[in-house]
Amino acid sequence: MIITKRAPLPGWVQVLVPVGAILVTLLLSAAPILFAGGDLWLSYTSLFKGALGTRYNFLETCVKAAPLTFTGLAVAFAFRAKFWNIGAEGQLLAGAIAATWVGISAPALPKVAVLILVCTAGFLAGGLWATVPALLKTKYRVDDVVTTLLLNYVMWHIMGYLLFGPLQMPNSSWPRSPAILEIARFPVLLARSRFHLGIVLAVAAVLIVWFINSKTVFGYRARAVGVNPRAAAFGGINVNSVIIRTALLSGGLAGMAGVGEVAAIHFHLLMDISPGFGYSGIVIAMLGRLHPLGTALAAFFFSVIIVGAQSMSRLTGVPTYIAEVIQGMALIVMLIALLLTEYRIKAVKD
Amino acid sequence: MEQVFTITFITGLLAAMMRMATPIIFGTLGEILSERAGVLNLGIEGIMLMGAMTGFLTTLTTGSLWLGVAAAALVGALLALFMAFLAVYLGLSQHVSGLGITLFSTGLAMFIYRLSVGSPVNPPTVRPFTQAAVPFLSEIPVIGPAFFTQYTLVYWAFLLIPALWVLLYRTTWGLAIRTVGENPLAADTVGINVNLVRTLCLAGGGALMGIGGAFLTLAHQNMFLIDVVGGRGWISIAMVIFGNWDPARGAAGALIFGFLDALQLRLQGLGFDIPFHLFLLIPYLMTVVALVSVSRRAAAPAGLLKPYRREEKG
Repeated sequence: MIITKRAPLPGWVQVLVPVGAILVTLLLSAAPILFAGGDLWLSYTSLFKGALGTRYNFLETCVKAAPLTFTGLAVAFAFRAKFWNIGAEGQLLAGAIAATWVGISAPALPKVAVLILVCTAGFLAGGLWATVPALLKTKYRVDDVVTTLLLNYVMWHIMGYLLFGPLQMPNSSWPRSPAILEIARFPVLLARSRFHLGIVLAVAAVLIVWFINSKTVFGYRARAVGVNPRAAAFGGINVNSVIIRTALLSGGLAGMAGVGEVAAIHFHLLMDISPGFGYSGIVIAMLGRLHPLGTALAAFFFSVIIVGAQSMSRLTGVPTYIAEVIQGMALIVMLIALLLTEYRIKAVKD
Repeated sequence: MEQVFTITFITGLLAAMMRMATPIIFGTLGEILSERAGVLNLGIEGIMLMGAMTGFLTTLTTGSLWLGVAAAALVGALLALFMAFLAVYLGLSQHVSGLGITLFSTGLAMFIYRLSVGSPVNPPTVRPFTQAAVPFLSEIPVIGPAFFTQYTLVYWAFLLIPALWVLLYRTTWGLAIRTVGENPLAADTVGINVNLVRTLCLAGGGALMGIGGAFLTLAHQNMFLIDVVGGRGWISIAMVIFGNWDPARGAAGALIFGFLDALQLRLQGLGFDIPFHLFLLIPYLMTVVALVSVSRRAAAPAGLLKPYRREEKG
């Protein structure tokens, strides 16, 4: 087998790569569906009907897409600067904890002010938590992949401590916080649905990240650091400062995913506040080719899979964990697809 | 306090340390074998979960614990071969391929488990491994019950430490592995098949990771829970760095982690009024601190993370 570089492909091919990868992934997921004894036609139709079939289902898919968009953006923004942030899960939890804390003890202010307070707290908590591995990377050259992963568990146990301790609902033995105040909750924007403010914020975040990436000096520097940190340093860029600010923004975005889950969905802090949104963010960022708009589309696609898997499971008996299997396959397929756009593979005998 | 730190307490603590360290030793040794050949296998967390699940289900259906361990090793090796296809033969990013393997294996493990047992109120259990006392040695006070009255897999883990050391430093195979990891071009020049060595090391390492997972469901516990691995794969990755890619030092790190884990369990069991989640996070936090402390002298194999493509050299 010989792998050689190929000439750069035109732009439209670049856009088609994720689409192709998604189609191949959906084809491959026939294997686990058949393995589980599910009827293929019924499985795929119930998947898409369950996610997009009715107004309510479509809006539920938007609801699920919001945290995925935030974690996807968080990972994409970090990866673009080669800050290997695998810690979106922990940063999400940090954001959720801060939002709960502010939400429970919110001062008597106008709703807008309280919501700004809740979001700021969540953003800062996630961002500051992400600067820990960034500081360890820049100051001590500790591998960021490993530290971000380990800190996820640390934050999960901090949350466990809080939910069995200071943040536990009084007179309860469950690891659950009191409900956040009405004034701290995201308003629902469309009647007969859960379509909430957080979804608008997620869309705004996509535009803001796109603006930062393509129109600001900081975005340019982050990209330069990602492409070649040594060249960036020679060019007069303070690489360490760029990495730390990237971490702050990346962690903040992940923290916002946690804010939304508390302020619009659960209203309590729970141990299972995140079913792995932070890890899904990695797949979403890769499928979105680290571009904010692509990331948003990939987040919506994964939301379709997660929401649709529920009704598929009800109708065909295929376990909902099919969504996790598809997610893992999508990442691997996308990686191979990216390779094929850059390289030519020839099978030859030695 | 005097009543707490009795001989019984210390014996129990040391015995628990050995048990808690065992899955991490398997993971760490498996990862060292892979990384010494130049491949970072971030699939470890998912591979361990697949090992835990496969071992458990195999034992549940066949009744044989050793068949469960063998199945876990096989599944671990197969997933690692998949990793080899992506990261060695296609030369894809080792970081992302490994995370892909972990996400895929994690999903698959939960999917297959749910499919096989449904969702009963009480999860099914197996009759787990029992401790096997080593003749004579187990009769030594304190040391005997702590170190020589253990599960067979614990002995395996501790015998594997010198075995891997000998393989890496005292055999021609080990020299080939280390050369492939440090300087693949040089290895290729002297006629070593770089990609084949990397593939075999990944497969061997994957088998060890699978067994480490099976230890969790067949000895440490007797059932499969979704969070049964709970970051032990990532801890193993950290121990490889902490141990500077040396089997003995990596295993020493795993033992320290096992000690902290055992200590928090014991103190909890004694009814100390300390929030147990704070105890649970100590080992993870200490691992991060340990990584900082060794960061200045950490020397990864020079060929780590770099795919070897003959046509791209020079």
